[in-house]
Amino acid sequence: MAAPTVSRCRSWFQTGSFGVRNVAQVRWRKSLVGASTLRGSASKTTAEKNCDAPWTAVVGLEIHAQICSNSKLFSGSQVKFAAPPNSLVSFFDASLPGTLPVLNRRCVEAAVTTGLALNCTINKKSLFDRKHYFYADLPAGYQITQQRLPVAVNGSLSYSLCVGKNQNEMVSRTARIRQIQLEQDSGKSLHDDARGQTLVDLNRAGVGLMEVVMEPDMCCGEEAAAAVRELQLILQAIGSSQANMAEGQLRVDANISVHHPGQPYGVRTEVKNINSARFLAKAIDYEIQRQVNELENGGTILNETRAFDFRLGCTIAMRDKEGKQDYRFMPEPNLPPLILYDAKSLPTRTCHHQVVNIDQLREKIPDLPSVKRAKLVERYGIQPLHSFTLVNEDGLMEFFETVVTATQMNPRKVIGWILKDMLGYLKQHNLVVEESPVSPLLLAELLNLLESGMISSSAAKQVLEIMWNGEGKSPALIVKEKKLELIQDQNELEHICRAVMDSHQKEVAEIKKGNQKVLNKLIGQVQRTTGGRSDPVSVKQILEKQLSLQPRKKTP
Amino acid sequence: MWVRRVSALARAAFCSQSGSPAGLSSASSPREEGGCREKVTLELLDHLEHLALVDFRDQEGVERLQKAIEFADQLHSINTDGIQPMDSVLEDRCLYLREDKVTEGNFAEELLKNANQTVEEYFVAPPGNIPLPQLEDRDTFLQKKKPEAEDLP
Repeated sequence: MAAPTVSRCRSWFQTGSFGVRNVAQVRWRKSLVGASTLRGSASKTTAEKNCDAPWTAVVGLEIHAQICSNSKLFSGSQVKFAAPPNSLVSFFDASLPGTLPVLNRRCVEAAVTTGLALNCTINKKSLFDRKHYFYADLPAGYQITQQRLPVAVNGSLSYSLCVGKNQNEMVSRTARIRQIQLEQDSGKSLHDDARGQTLVDLNRAGVGLMEVVMEPDMCCGEEAAAAVRELQLILQAIGSSQANMAEGQLRVDANISVHHPGQPYGVRTEVKNINSARFLAKAIDYEIQRQVNELENGGTILNETRAFDFRLGCTIAMRDKEGKQDYRFMPEPNLPPLILYDAKSLPTRTCHHQVVNIDQLREKIPDLPSVKRAKLVERYGIQPLHSFTLVNEDGLMEFFETVVTATQMNPRKVIGWILKDMLGYLKQHNLVVEESPVSPLLLAELLNLLESGMISSSAAKQVLEIMWNGEGKSPALIVKEKKLELIQDQNELEHICRAVMDSHQKEVAEIKKGNQKVLNKLIGQVQRTTGGRSDPVSVKQILEKQLSLQPRKKTP
Repeated sequence: MWVRRVSALARAAFCSQSGSPAGLSSASSPREEGGCREKVTLELLDHLEHLALVDFRDQEGVERLQKAIEFADQLHSINTDGIQPMDSVLEDRCLYLREDKVTEGNFAEELLKNANQTVEEYFVAPPGNIPLPQLEDRDTFLQKKKPEAEDLP
């Protein structure tokens, strides 16, 4: 559903996100320096002159989200991932003669809810069309879609991304959504190159999809990845799609072009089927860089479809769709227009099973990710950046909230343990929150030990490490077994401090000269001696007391 | 079968806007009395062959196509000014909505009975889409006609 270039140009100038453009310009140019110096002065072409000017990239996304429903869009066969081949196929899905489409109400509601969550205008009347092309996994030879009048139009998606050196600054962006259309999925083909044949599984044929068409309001892979992530969170929050990229429930096509600012748009290519969150940004940035390199070297960009090869890390031209496609759209004769209602236009005499009420669906929309984040910031006083991490990681927000309710520790202190320690471990072991060997309640117990002064923070970290590798022992038991409790006996602590001071005369002298910073070294030494079992605050007090008791003390 | 295919193609040709007049000089009876009649050009034929993955094979096929287009072209004589196009005779009916319940499926065996070739529970198809070879490499009468047309003074 690519729009003509002219309208794309116009829409770009309407957005006016100049800040973003500058970021991209700098980036693409930087990586070009190498290329242009390599070429040397051998060819003084126009490309040579232009390479001083920065490049601007334009990225537009088309996203297919599989609707989360029990049955398919137009038939009563089941929707399920990884079922035995051709076990979820009705006669309609196999397009046997005499079968007709019967629209699934749930799919319509999912598309309307998605439209509302993305600030779209819902079309009270929408139409179905046939889009024709030949492929073995499309048995009818056409796909039923919504080309002329889709179910939702003119929406927007706000998303945020981290910028700056340490990725600790958030900026928010908005990408406009042109339309959301309902359409059928195709089957799946397994290519057996050795035997020169294709195996066709129609289990996916006819599953309901929402195609979300976005305006080309993005300029790099990172922005596109952030936008897709936000869309994924929204779809999951409202339940219209599970949006699991690994299972193909969210598929991204990216339209990409580059040009010099102030000049018309370049020829665009389409990178198809980017099915991995990890590689989304990489695939787009690779394609932008490829186009820049191509143009810098005096080449041209072809309007073609490309695929991203995950293993090679590059995009390659796809072979079998050469030339302009002619989809021969025509109205779907077997489906009358889809009419939706709101509270005002609700018909009185129609059976309520036959009515989709937009207002009713709007009321049922739960908190969207943006609202969840705002509530986290308000309720727990945490930083907005932290609220993003909590919402972005599946299940982390729930984990955090469970810990907070089970501990006396201030949520702002809890967040550090969650984001730094827990998430660090999870990332290190490549686990999701659900798989964490440390349950939120055990972590809360540990934090309570810390909060009540039973153990020091460094001991708490030791205990957490043992909990992570251990077999579900409670933190209290670990503390007992490993003797990690803080030394509560004041005399014992004083004794240790005295010993440390005696063995560090040089440092003691330094402090006496007025260099108070050296005190920290002594505190650290006491900590080391006690194996982290001393409370730094009381150690500091004891040391200061003992230092001041000694004679020849210079007052600063 | 053949006729049905050609008439389907005629419909496609009907919508197609490939206007280049590089016509087949030898195409059947270029009667000009209809005025707005669309001639089957080499480009159009090539486009249709690509879309339908069908080889027109011979002069007779092209003549049939030409006739089918002429037949359909009669529709143009009807004045439709100011009339809303009708998608379907059902377009003012209510679109029935189905409950989201699983009612079909689990008959792979029965389904695969219709298939020419199967492997386990899969349908077997040729590898990918086999694009038609470039016009120059194609063994059709289109290609054979071309040099002849050029031979003419």
